[in-house]
Amino acid sequence: MIPKYKAEDYDVAVIGGGHAGIEAALAAARLNTKTVMFSISLDFIGNMPCNPSIGGTAKGHLVRELDALGGEMGKAADKTSIQSRMLNRGKGPAVYSLRAQIDRRAYSGYMKQTVEKQKNLDVKQAEIVDLYKEDGLWHLVTRLGAVYTAKCVIIATGTFLAGKVYIGEVNYESGPDGMFPAIGLSEALKKIGLPLRRFKTGTPARVAKDSIDFSAMELQEGDSVTEPFSFSTKTPPENRVVCHIAYTNDKTKEIILDNLHRSPLYSGVIEGVGPRYCPSIEDKIVRFADKRRHQLFIEPCGENTDEMYLQGMSSSLPEEVQIKFYKTIKGLENVKVMRNAYAIEYDCVDPLYLTASLETKNGDGLFGAGQFNGSSGYEEAAAQGLVAGINAARKVKNLPPLILPRSSSYIGTLIDDLVTKGCMDPYRMMTSRSEYRLVLRQDNADERLMPIGKEIGLIDDETYADFIKRKEQKHEEIKRVKATYLSPSKELNAFLKKVGTTPIVTGCCLADMIKRPQLSYDMLAEFDKDRPDLSYAIRQKVETEIKYEGYIKRQLATVKKTEALEKKKIPDNIDYEKIKGLRLEAVEKLKKILPASIGQASRISGVSPADISVLLIYLNKGGSL
Amino acid sequence: MSENTIAAISSPLGEGGIGVIRISGENAIAVADASFCAVSGKKLSSLKGYSAAFGNVVLADGSPLDEAVALVFRAPKSYTGEDVVEISVHGGLEIQKQALRRITECGASLAEAGEFTKRAFLNGKMPLSKAESVMALISAKGEAALAISRAAAGGSIDRAVKEIIELLKETAAGISAYSDFPDEELVGARPCDFEKLLKKVSGKLLTLIKNYDTGKLIREGIDCAIVGKPNVGKSTLMNLLSGNERSIVTEIPGTTRDIIESAVQIEDLTLNLSDTAGIRLTDDVVEAAGVDRAKKKIENASLILALFDGSKEVDSDDKLLLSSLKDKPVVIIINKTDLKQKISPNIFDGFPVVYMSAKEKTGVGDLVKTIKEVCKISHLSNNDAVLINERQLSCVKAAYKSVKDAECDLASGMTVDAVGVLIDDALEQLFTLTGERVTEAVCDEIFKRFCVGK
Repeated sequence: MIPKYKAEDYDVAVIGGGHAGIEAALAAARLNTKTVMFSISLDFIGNMPCNPSIGGTAKGHLVRELDALGGEMGKAADKTSIQSRMLNRGKGPAVYSLRAQIDRRAYSGYMKQTVEKQKNLDVKQAEIVDLYKEDGLWHLVTRLGAVYTAKCVIIATGTFLAGKVYIGEVNYESGPDGMFPAIGLSEALKKIGLPLRRFKTGTPARVAKDSIDFSAMELQEGDSVTEPFSFSTKTPPENRVVCHIAYTNDKTKEIILDNLHRSPLYSGVIEGVGPRYCPSIEDKIVRFADKRRHQLFIEPCGENTDEMYLQGMSSSLPEEVQIKFYKTIKGLENVKVMRNAYAIEYDCVDPLYLTASLETKNGDGLFGAGQFNGSSGYEEAAAQGLVAGINAARKVKNLPPLILPRSSSYIGTLIDDLVTKGCMDPYRMMTSRSEYRLVLRQDNADERLMPIGKEIGLIDDETYADFIKRKEQKHEEIKRVKATYLSPSKELNAFLKKVGTTPIVTGCCLADMIKRPQLSYDMLAEFDKDRPDLSYAIRQKVETEIKYEGYIKRQLATVKKTEALEKKKIPDNIDYEKIKGLRLEAVEKLKKILPASIGQASRISGVSPADISVLLIYLNKGGSL
Repeated sequence: MSENTIAAISSPLGEGGIGVIRISGENAIAVADASFCAVSGKKLSSLKGYSAAFGNVVLADGSPLDEAVALVFRAPKSYTGEDVVEISVHGGLEIQKQALRRITECGASLAEAGEFTKRAFLNGKMPLSKAESVMALISAKGEAALAISRAAAGGSIDRAVKEIIELLKETAAGISAYSDFPDEELVGARPCDFEKLLKKVSGKLLTLIKNYDTGKLIREGIDCAIVGKPNVGKSTLMNLLSGNERSIVTEIPGTTRDIIESAVQIEDLTLNLSDTAGIRLTDDVVEAAGVDRAKKKIENASLILALFDGSKEVDSDDKLLLSSLKDKPVVIIINKTDLKQKISPNIFDGFPVVYMSAKEKTGVGDLVKTIKEVCKISHLSNNDAVLINERQLSCVKAAYKSVKDAECDLASGMTVDAVGVLIDDALEQLFTLTGERVTEAVCDEIFKRFCVGK
């Protein structure tokens, strides 16, 4: 028995210093609650144990949304970005997604300094080994016997919680990147009644830069004009590095298939469920047997390191097999592996046990965020961290929780998916998960969420005034474009013919011209002399809102329709067992998930439309079925 | 829902071997116990689901009404998903009615038309489209109508729509994969693939829309106007068709004296016939009004049967009539083939023509065949999916419009995110038809179809 001693009292305690923990701690502290953040190693605050990158499809949306609500991730990424690309150009503004290669040590350093400097926030290196409630307060016990108290606790333990690393036949208890795992906490959480389960994820090898023959690979450069994540970043980041693309081949496949029996995934040693979208290379080769090659990306881990990340090649095969199959790849014949690929298994909670505020269902001030809630990815973690941090602070102040509807944001969609549908494997955000894609664009995250960020108290006056100015500029320009007519001229018609669209015979509204698929706002600059000088972001927004007006209207109509169902609240005291006509499975699911509205209930798998009609009739009759 | 227990005679009304009275609801078994007494002395409430008891339906004074078998179903394993008792009595209608009366005395209320099916739907026992088909089955008239409804109740609509939904999901999944995994090499997820899939989908939706009209004609009958000069044999034809062995004739006085309507059935077709005044040039004010109405009838009819007298030469009135039939759904009937033929058939070139003698009752088979061709109903097989009602049709039409828009926008170079919105729209419509939801399904599809990863 370790001797204990009484340590400080806090309003909010955050367990974990990863991407979820950082946002949670910063938000709670910025909302003026006395906050503490515990991390197993202070050297790894904001560590990126997997991709040295932030953003990507749908994830880029999350970062912009975080920024609009007052989160830190976007700013940190802009400061430490070494290459930036807007993905999906040409596929439409709903799916434009910003992705940046990040100097991972620089990022970690930026985040460490930010949390250190934050008022109301204490940062401590400690492993929490026990957690319990006594006299209305949460007690957090460290491995060294310190007992802290807090009114609210946010669990953001990532892959540390009972973490176990697998490489071939070798496995051992460990956190990511050689960190210590968190050992005692799982038992404490089970004692509190949290239903824990095992998930797993994996990461590829890091290899030495000078052992790669880049001349045998395709080059992937950053965008010539870069855009920042944060709405507050004035100077867009510069491209300082390049990435490369390589391919696996028949030989790679052969080696992997020959050694499959040595993979802990196939021998059944790993019980944790891995992410479907992020399979290991052996998984990809087995599942898509007819595919002859798989792509991989070689990404630098930073400016001051020679470690290169092999995106697409995560594996849990033995080290010698890894080295063998990496060497089959053109350009990697002489590759020197610096850190091997590995799979890591960890404890997490069934998110159906949480509400949309990310607090547990019994409302006792315990919150979860990030991989602990069953998600995957830095951005997904940060998004939940922010919401959990905000709601923990609001709970301390006796304010109602912030609940973002699906129609407001990817963050709202992410959380609603987790707490309503649950997840059977680590959840990754994708644009296809949102039914409001055209409305929830990364370019309008500020318009959607900054007013909320301001109201909560995480957006300062200057940032907000900037936003209002941008919004007005856009609004004015759309008005002008709709009222401006271009008259047919020789030059204009020659231009129109050149780009493959029909010439005009009478005056044509500029807005209607922009709507043509072959034309853009910028392309027409030369024929639109009175155009004001606007930023690239605003010009893009103007174009998008004009070009996609019809589709946006269509989607807004859908939003309105579903909002009616979201507004139909289900009373807390409803007794599903008393409602005749509900199927048994539906009763069980409804009792477990306790949906707040008919809208949420309708998204629960196992609750059929017929069950919803029964519920609606029941509620409309005032509960007398 | 089941606070009240309902009962109804569930076998077809009429004389038969046995009649079945179905009781459904929370108190179904108690009601049955009050009105039925098993020979074994066991109460129905002591029986498990799917068991039967032999006994008597007993009246209030304890006297037996009729021998009966009671079948007990326990919720949720029954047609309605509630407790159900089905009591089979002897076939006489009077006995069935008395038994039902006794059951209602014991606490059941009379079921409304289709109420068992409504409960089955609300209790999740069948999808909406199937429930609607059962309702259509109940009210179907005519053999072909029955066949369609039976196919629908067996799930033909569901299957057809699900097939379309699968194709749309494949398209949506492709679009999502194309956008969500831009760094992957995805086979089968490029804009040209989406175009192909959409074309396939719109074709299938169009077939459903087209079949609906046919199905409606079969279900509700074809509004059919008989036109022709006086004495050309319209009444004889009408009598011939009405007198058909299997026909159901209901003479409804028309709104005017000169239009007589009756629903007749020949073979598997139902025709809603109206006999109109002849069309000819006239100075008579009263007759002119009749002619106007006849013209209107021609405008509104789904099918026109135009009669000509084969034993006479074509005159100006015939020509006038013929000119008003251009581009209309029409069958030309040259009647009186039993007499010496004087008509020159050339003037009917381009029209479908049937020769018959209404008096001698010849040519009916040809007529039916030609009507089917003109109304395009010959190609429907019993297993084809035919939408049952306007609700289903409007869902399919809306889906069709969205898919067509998507095809068009994709071809004109619109970005796939916008096209995706239209596909979601179409899916939403079809899910509304069958009763499901959208985005989850699409995500699952992505994982099934594409190799994606980081």
